[in-house]
Formats: sequence, C-alpha cells, structure tokens
Amino acid sequence: MTEHDSNAAAYWSANLRLIVGCLIVWALVSYGGGILFRPLLAGISVGGTDLGFWFAQQGSILTFIVLIFFYAWRMNTLDKEFGLNEE
Amino acid sequence: MSQFAINLIFVGGSFALYIAIAIWARAGSTKEFYVAGGGVNPIMNGMATAADWMSAASFISMAGLIAAGGYANSTFLMGWTGGYVLLAMLLAPYLRKFGKFTVPEFIGDRFYSKNARFVAVACLIIASVTYVIGQMTGAGVAFSRFLEVESDTGLIIAAVIVFLYAVMGGMKGITYTQVAQYVVLIIAYTIPAVFISLQLTGNFLPPLGLFSEHIESGMPLLQKLDMVVRDLGFTDYTGDVSNKLNMVLFTLSLMIGTAGLPHVIIRFFTVPKVSDARWSAGWALVFIALLYLTAPAVASMARLNLLTTIYPAGTTADAIEYAQRPDWIKNWETTGLIKFDDKNSDGRIQLYNDKSESFKQTATERGWNGNELTVNNDILVLANPEIANLPGWVIGLIAAGGLAAALSTAAGLLLAISSAVSHDLIKGSINPNISEKGELRAARISMAVAIVIATWLGMNPPGFAAQTVALAFGIAAASIFPALMMGIFSKRVNNKGAIAGMLAGLLSTVMYIFLYLGWFFIPGTATFANTPDNWLFGSMGYGISPLSFGAIGAMINFAVAFAVSSATEAPPKHIQELVESVRYPKGAGAATDH
Repeated sequence: MTEHDSNAAAYWSANLRLIVGCLIVWALVSYGGGILFRPLLAGISVGGTDLGFWFAQQGSILTFIVLIFFYAWRMNTLDKEFGLNEE
Repeated sequence: MSQFAINLIFVGGSFALYIAIAIWARAGSTKEFYVAGGGVNPIMNGMATAADWMSAASFISMAGLIAAGGYANSTFLMGWTGGYVLLAMLLAPYLRKFGKFTVPEFIGDRFYSKNARFVAVACLIIASVTYVIGQMTGAGVAFSRFLEVESDTGLIIAAVIVFLYAVMGGMKGITYTQVAQYVVLIIAYTIPAVFISLQLTGNFLPPLGLFSEHIESGMPLLQKLDMVVRDLGFTDYTGDVSNKLNMVLFTLSLMIGTAGLPHVIIRFFTVPKVSDARWSAGWALVFIALLYLTAPAVASMARLNLLTTIYPAGTTADAIEYAQRPDWIKNWETTGLIKFDDKNSDGRIQLYNDKSESFKQTATERGWNGNELTVNNDILVLANPEIANLPGWVIGLIAAGGLAAALSTAAGLLLAISSAVSHDLIKGSINPNISEKGELRAARISMAVAIVIATWLGMNPPGFAAQTVALAFGIAAASIFPALMMGIFSKRVNNKGAIAGMLAGLLSTVMYIFLYLGWFFIPGTATFANTPDNWLFGSMGYGISPLSFGAIGAMINFAVAFAVSSATEAPPKHIQELVESVRYPKGAGAATDH
C-alpha cells in the first residue's frame, strides 16, 4: 500500500466514523425521542404536553440542522488535514 | 375591493415576477437547461433547493393533515426534514464529485450497464409522476379557491400554467425564479401564522406559541385543544399512537425517499465545490425548517379556530346555525371541498367524530345524527387566514404562496422527468447523435405527456396532496436511494446486484401500493380496502400502511443487491477506482458533460 493509499483509507474511515456518530444522534432524536421512547419521556412536561411530542414536532428538526452543519464543518476540516481538499 | 380582486393582484403580481425572471435568464444551451452552468452559491442554492423541495404537500397539505391527525402525523415533520441529514452525509458530496448531469447517469456509469441506467430512469419517472399527481391536487385546490370555481376546473387551469411555466424555464431560469418563489412562499406561510399565534397566545413566534398559554382559557394551548377535540369524540391531539412500527417505517420511508428524489439531488450538481455541496444541504434545511417549525403551530391553531367557529359558545353548547355560517365556509362550498348535510334537520352544523363507538351515546343524547360538515384536509392552510378573520391582503398572500409552492416543485419535477427521457433514454441510448434542438424538443414533449397523465389521475387522487407525495417518496426510497448509497459505500455491489435490487425494491413497493390504492391509481381498481386491519400485519395491530412500505422496499433492495452481488463476480477494476475517486473531494472540477 502506498503512502497516498493509506492516507486516503484513513480519511475514509474517519468519514465513516463521523457519519455513524451523526446518524446515531439522528436516530435517537427522531425514532427514539419522537416515537419509540415517548412513553418513557411522558413525565417530562413541555408547554401543555410532554417531551416526546416536542421532539416529534420541533426538537428533531432543530437537531438535524445542527448535525448537518457540524458534519459539513468537520469534513471540510478533514479534507484539509488529509490534503484531499479541492484546489 | 373584493377578496377576489385582491387575490388576483397578489397571484398575478407574483406570477409576473417569476415569468420576468424566467425570461431574463432564459436557458441558452442544453447544459444550462439542466444544471445552470455549475456555478450557484451554496446559500442561494439552499434557498432554491428549499423552494424546489417545499411543494404543495408541505405548504398546502401538511398542516391540514397534522391538524386532523395530531401527534400521529408528526411523521411528516420528521420525515421530510431528517432526509437532509442522509443527503448531506451519504449522497450529496460524492455525487457532486462524480460531476455528471443526472441520477441515472451516475447509476449507469457506476454499475457499468445501460440496463441499470434504464431501470433507474423507470424508477425516476414512476416516482416523479406520482409526485406530480400530488402537486396537481394541491395546485387544483389553490386555483379553485382563488378563481372561485369547481375543484376539477381549478386542476385543469393549474395544469396549463405549470406546463407553460416549466417549458419556458429550464434550470437556469428556475434557480433564480426559485429564490424569488422561496421568499414569496415563506412570507405567505409565516405572516398568517404570526397573526394567529398573537391572537391565540400573545406570542408572535408561532413555534413558541404552540407551547404557550391559550389567552382565552388560561390553560396551555395544546391542553385546551385536547379538551375541545375530546368533547367532540375525537382522539386527543397530543395522544400517543399504538402502532409505533408503522410510524417508524413511515418516517423512515419519507427520510430515505428525500435522499432518493432526483429533483433534489440534481440541485447538488449545481454548486461549485464538494465542500459547498455539504454546506448547501445545511442551508437548504435551515430554509425548510422555517416552514416546518411553523407548520405544527399552524396545524394546532387552525384546528382550534375551526372548532371554535363551529361551536362559538363552547363545545358543550349548541353548534352554529347554518344560516349564520361565516363567509369562508360559503366560499369553500363553491369549490366543493367543504360539504354540509343537515342530517338531523335542526339547521345547525354539528361537526364531530361519528366513527367513535364510545361517543355514540353522547351524540344521541345531544340529538345528533351523524357528522354534518365534511372539510377536505387540503384546504385548511389556505382557509386558515379566513377562519381567523385576518385582513384580505393576508388571504391574497397565502393564495400566492400556495401556488408558488406547487408551481416550483411541479416545474422541478417535470424537468427531472424530461431530462430522464431526453438525456438518459434518447441521447443515452436510442439516438446518441440527436441534435441539441432535438433533445430540447424531446424534453418538452415528455413534460407535456407527464402533465397530462398527472392531471388526469389528479382528478381522483389516491389521497390528500401530502399523502400522494408520500407515496412518491416511498417509491424513491425503495428504488433509487439504495442503489446510490451502495454505489458509493460498497465496491462489491455489481451491475447484476444493483439491477436486481432496484427492480425488487420498486416492484414490491409499487405492487403493495397498487393493491390498496388501485392499480396505476385508477379509481375503483384496488384489490383490498385500504383500512388498517387489511394491511400486512394488520391483524396483529401493527399494520404497515401503503405509505410506509417504501422503507420495507428499501430493505428488500439492499438485501437482494448484496445477495446477487456476492453470488456473482466483483465489479471490474476501473469501476472500483471510480468508487474510490468519488470518495475524495480532490480534483472535482466543474460539473462536466461527457
């Protein structure tokens, strides 16, 4: 394996790790907080209803935005660190 | 000035603006027609993507469905935003690096097969046409209201305008007009919501108003709403659902469908760099979220306002007399989308849940003989300002916004369909030597055919606008998304695997949908009645709705593709290198022609 190849492989696995991490959060807020764990969160009240309802109608959307910007920022940094950015 | 004249000014004015921009930026070459020369700034691109994305389903239909279903329909909110996370991480940057025009082109090259490209074109056309049916339904509702005509007449007028509009533009026209459309659309959606939120909760931010106190009753808005709907035999607005399996699958289907829809993906070919493709997805979601955070507030407040209009003295007192009904009910009656039937002949409008067994006794005691007012869910957003007695210009504004939403998406989809036919099908294989002029002509003819089919099926749509659109997402989820994702993340999936996977995902999903909603959506041809106990696993209480099946179809697609690929030979070396190259941003360059 040449030096270029191992560098590229390290970049790719860093990307995959980042994706897996982000997608865990993605699933936790929507499928978890918003749907499956709603009965568990029923005790925490938010403005006339419970936390699960908030996650389903607002919380997950807000989290998604943060996730995408976080990913874009991390990846654009990784591109440069590994010397794989454009230009 | 009459409301009709005000509507005409707002709708006419906004149209004049889009058409002016379209003419000003008229597409010159075929390349500009498809991808706008590959040089659009990420924020502008995000805004245009948001306009492309937020269709009649989001604008006109979604809040109405949430109002009717309450918590259970939060699926639309999560599903139609969560897909951007997948898009930003799993597809957009790599497809931008690949740097071609269309989705079938990527699939054809990556799976080194013309047949794979054909199958992708078929998937794309089926998903997009279904999507356009939903748009036409929504646009029909909007036109029929603002021109005060029957809903079918409104639909035909909408079809003519969408066609003229899409044919004139092309992507370049569309990128700039869509920025304008986004602005019109978001203002139109939020202004009425702000007014209503102020009226009901005193909070001028609708997303916060949703969780605030209802001024009149002094209790939290959502609790008040729960109480009102319970009094009329409906299930609690915030109540939990028992069939979580279906809720998860439906949300998943919308999310992966988002990432598999060609007209959204194509947007990411138009940014200058790979890093911009990542930012662009984020900006698109920010602009989308402005509407999606407002929608649940619109939904709950509209439901409360609607019920307060019908029961002005409270749900335990008498309903309003039909003769005293407000003007907005009269206006919508002309479109046929609100219907009144005085079943107990008392001259009053009883609106309640006559399907609830436990409520039957109360209804009988009160002398009610069945629900008397049928309100089409798709009218709720458009009627919302009228229900809340807002000034005429707000009503005109929302008509303009609803039409902007329906038009921009329908145009984007028609473009995706026409490029699939002219670029992938004709130029890609049937006649590679076709002239630029011939290609443009083929593109326009395929647009016309698509819109005629969509309009015809839109007369008797398979569901409310947002539901029909959800079907399109299911189809894209089951067919296109898995192929794209495997094309990038696996070097082992080969041509045979991809083709078998796409066909298995597409056919299983389309069959399941047709079984319940009619073959080819032709009314009256459904094999089974579309009720929860009839669905797969329905007898166990975990029925999978035809709207949710896309997620299962996607799993079938992945499973078949991996099974077939591992039983057959690995892809050739140059393909493995291609996969390798799309993973690294270095050397992307501008989007290229062949």
